[in-house]
Amino acid sequence: MSENFRSTETKFLDKTNRISFKYNGKKYYGYKGDTLASALLSNGVHLIGRSFKYHRPRGIMTCGSEEPNAIVQIGGNGPFTEPNVRATEQEIYEGLEASSQNCWPNVKFDVGGINNFISPVIPAGFYYKTFMWPKKLWYSLYEPAIRMSAGLGKSPTQPDPELYDHNYLHCDVLVVGGGISGIIAASISADNGNNTVLIDDKNSLGGSTIFQDDENFKIDDEISSVWLNNQIKNIKNKKNLIIKHRTSLAAYHSYNYLLARENLGDHKSLNERSNKLRQRLWKIRAKKVILATGSIERPLIFNNNDRPGVMLANSVKKYIDYFGVRCGNKNVIFTNNDSAYETAISLNKKGINVTIVDIRNYSSSILVKNAKNAGIKIYWNHTVVDTKGYRRIKSIQIMEMSNDGTNVIGSKINLVCDNLSISGGWTPMVHLFTQSGGKLKFRDSDQVFLPNIAMSDQISIGSCNGNFELDDIIKNTISDCKNFLSSSTTDFDLIKVSCPKQKENKNIWLLPNDKPLGKTKPFLDFQNDSTAKDIKLAMREGFRSIEHVKRYTTTGMGTDQGKLANMHALGIISETAGVKMGSLGTTTFRPPYTPLTFGTIVGRNVGTFFDITRKTPMHAWHENHKAKFENVGQWKRAWFYPKGNENMDQSVQRESKAARESAGILDASTLGKIDIKGTDASEFLNRVYTNAWSKLGIGKCRYGLMLNEDGMVYDDGVTTRLSENHYLMTTTTGGAANVLSKLEDYLQTEWPELDVWLTSVTDHFATASVCGPNSKNILKKLFPNIEFNDETFPHMSFKNAELDGIHCRIMRISFTGEHSYEINIESKYGKSLWEKCMDAGKEFNITPYGTETMHLLRAEKGFIIVGQDTDGTMTPIDLQMDWIVSKKKYDFIGKRSLYRSDTMREDRKQLVGLLTDNPSEILEEGAQIVQDEKKQPIEMLGHVTSSYFSPNLNKSIALAVVKNGKKLKGQKLLVPMKDKTIKVTVSDFIFFDSKNERLNA
Amino acid sequence: MFIITCPFCGERDQSEFSAGGEAHIVRPKQPTELSDDEWADFLFMRKNIKGIQFERWNHAHGCRKWFNVVRDTSNDKIYAVYKMGEKPPSN
Repeated sequence: MSENFRSTETKFLDKTNRISFKYNGKKYYGYKGDTLASALLSNGVHLIGRSFKYHRPRGIMTCGSEEPNAIVQIGGNGPFTEPNVRATEQEIYEGLEASSQNCWPNVKFDVGGINNFISPVIPAGFYYKTFMWPKKLWYSLYEPAIRMSAGLGKSPTQPDPELYDHNYLHCDVLVVGGGISGIIAASISADNGNNTVLIDDKNSLGGSTIFQDDENFKIDDEISSVWLNNQIKNIKNKKNLIIKHRTSLAAYHSYNYLLARENLGDHKSLNERSNKLRQRLWKIRAKKVILATGSIERPLIFNNNDRPGVMLANSVKKYIDYFGVRCGNKNVIFTNNDSAYETAISLNKKGINVTIVDIRNYSSSILVKNAKNAGIKIYWNHTVVDTKGYRRIKSIQIMEMSNDGTNVIGSKINLVCDNLSISGGWTPMVHLFTQSGGKLKFRDSDQVFLPNIAMSDQISIGSCNGNFELDDIIKNTISDCKNFLSSSTTDFDLIKVSCPKQKENKNIWLLPNDKPLGKTKPFLDFQNDSTAKDIKLAMREGFRSIEHVKRYTTTGMGTDQGKLANMHALGIISETAGVKMGSLGTTTFRPPYTPLTFGTIVGRNVGTFFDITRKTPMHAWHENHKAKFENVGQWKRAWFYPKGNENMDQSVQRESKAARESAGILDASTLGKIDIKGTDASEFLNRVYTNAWSKLGIGKCRYGLMLNEDGMVYDDGVTTRLSENHYLMTTTTGGAANVLSKLEDYLQTEWPELDVWLTSVTDHFATASVCGPNSKNILKKLFPNIEFNDETFPHMSFKNAELDGIHCRIMRISFTGEHSYEINIESKYGKSLWEKCMDAGKEFNITPYGTETMHLLRAEKGFIIVGQDTDGTMTPIDLQMDWIVSKKKYDFIGKRSLYRSDTMREDRKQLVGLLTDNPSEILEEGAQIVQDEKKQPIEMLGHVTSSYFSPNLNKSIALAVVKNGKKLKGQKLLVPMKDKTIKVTVSDFIFFDSKNERLNA
Repeated sequence: MFIITCPFCGERDQSEFSAGGEAHIVRPKQPTELSDDEWADFLFMRKNIKGIQFERWNHAHGCRKWFNVVRDTSNDKIYAVYKMGEKPPSN
């Protein structure tokens, strides 16, 4: 049985609720309310993990989100596993499994520990300098080796089974941080009638004051923690105040838009949390924000300051006063300020042996007097120069400092200890303030960055605003909140506060040592193993900007984002470079403040909810007939309909033959449809399409090409004139939404004088396209009242019709080159229309075909697909579609651009056909086209855009864009592939029925 | 993520809108009479100011109306919102 370090009673834990958990396979006990860190410390476990680069043993340093070392893997090996969890934040639950990271075979004996001994040859920038050459070793040796040693924990390999959620929250005032200043602010705000939300990342409110049990800190004649406890009881009853525990603010964007992660399940056992939400992301819009995010203690930078057992002084205080856990039996406190004396007094009160080493030579504080009176030994003007102990600190060596603080003098004193509590002062947590765009100022007296100019309606209060003493915190919080919230009186107006005042300050960023810097390891960033000498090395190598030094040394780039390291890095840079610290600026604080899981970020948008799926009214029929589907934007389109064991090629060959020989049917419902009405509709079409529209007769259809203002092809489709002032425009499936907004843009901003109204009707109509020599016969059966002859119903015309009393629009238009009809019907009758077509077509072997066959059939005819054969750099002239560009029209979108010197060049890439010399060889879409394989560098003339084997022509055909293609007709070109070069001949791009005889058959 | 006051719908979240670039660039009435340079100036050249900029915005997931916004691009502060065809505020 290991020693029990839970030495005192504590009112903050539920001692009746004993909890067992496993750490590195061994069973331990703690109490409800314990963090993994406090529970491990109570069992005397300090060694938690190995550091990232040197694999040095590391222990718990802090008690909060700033923890750099104690990060563990939790949740075993299954889908619940999670890497890089801070043991200082993870609450224990029954059955919790946690293990060390970055060590093999185990945390006590780790092979990677060898890195510690070869550390002189792996300085900052080691990777950049070493793995430069020889180049060929990169893939075979360097990259695999780096990848193996990279990273800390292990990512889960299975999908996350837990539930996450997103929710919106609107409030008048958001208070971030539930310490004493946040509680006072929330109280004032709620009393003033504001809908107020108070969020705090811990499981209970109170910050560090709630365990402040010292007669020297009094509010209204009560000990500060007692007073605060009453306030917390008080605010819980306030009507317009919502309190969110275990909620961590992740990001603070402009206009007071904030993201917060609420933890609902992480502290519960797997049984308790099954089928319940694990975390919820709150998207908060607050009218006003009060930041009370507090401050974190700074470490001190000296040789070997990273051993397990070296902890921040205030954290040691929290472990003893809040969790009732002592972090050692023989403690040394090493400090440059008075606040660490509170820890000393707390430990002393509990009968724990404590010694103080202070780099100052005097302090007049009452706390110091009390410590002295309690008989605590204080070494003034001394610094720690070394620590001993591999898996746990065993002793330290201290030396006296010279008057200017740059050297050590005298002889070493050895102090035996099993805990070293360090305090280098306090750093206000200004992360959120700067995330919101706020500008900082530097306060020289205690070397802190403070909020200066805010970009939104917000204030910072308490220690995150640089108030470190209880009376300042409370009085300034009250007056700042009164101003900010325009409240004239508060319950706190007569408050009385008494507390000790800090008078003597001394700050040394890098403490002096008897050894040269090169022989010491003063760690700055404990997680990334960067030391003070790495910073100095980077500066010797010429790095000056803090952003560059950060990246070169990786200081502040771990999961803790340098919450402890950054200030010291800045301090050492400014000292070394001889510039004022305030003038250096800081590295950028980016969201999230603490890491977020992917689950929280995506919320419910996983699996089928990842994106919208659009299905046509005929979708169920396609599914029943075993169609394979293709994604076209958000649409699911039938791709091909395999029969028996057919593969795609076989299906497509069968479908396309059937469509040309007898009859085929395509679900064209996904095409974009825009209803255009208004007295200026014709003029509008004239302006947006390249061809002329004024003379299009009622009941006629016309193909149109739409350009961007830069002259490049943007969209195409057939538009039908339904009546005098009423058109139906169709667009490409993928372009529908963009075309509509582009047209709206022109109507609203450039041509507001036009009387035109646009409505998207894509989803309102289902479309069945029936094509082939027998299409007419099928339509005749369906619509006996309509005359289907070329005189009364010619190609490119439209008729209203009825199918069993339901109105239909029939357009005789064709994308396949066959005689063909598109029947539009109200969506809800789409499936029925399709089934009637299938019934009527049965005797003609009507064959449903998918998008792949459609692509093949249109390629045979040389019809382009915008987005496949064009890519935003093709003009109609490049596409050899000069015929559709009106020379007479004064203007249309993109017209002027067709006369720019660049668009008029003759040697632009142009659309051509390609025929392979071997007719059974099919080109790959995207393949590059060249003329001369030997020329260096090889000149790329263009690429294949569409390629198929045509069953109707019994040969391979392809469309391509080729530089100067129009003039290359008949010439031989080459398509080099990985294993062969394919010879091709440039051809016309209409391969089939170039006289359009079949359209009018 | 700022808040834009749509002149037709009122205060809405930025996510409902799409940006349309610099405002008050009028499409030339007689494009054929412009030189290549003049046309290119209309087509491609945008100021991309750091500071106060006049911009077009579209309430894409709302009323679908286009309107103008005066925004400081360095801090996203919006100074004015006005309808298409209205004169920009002078100060």
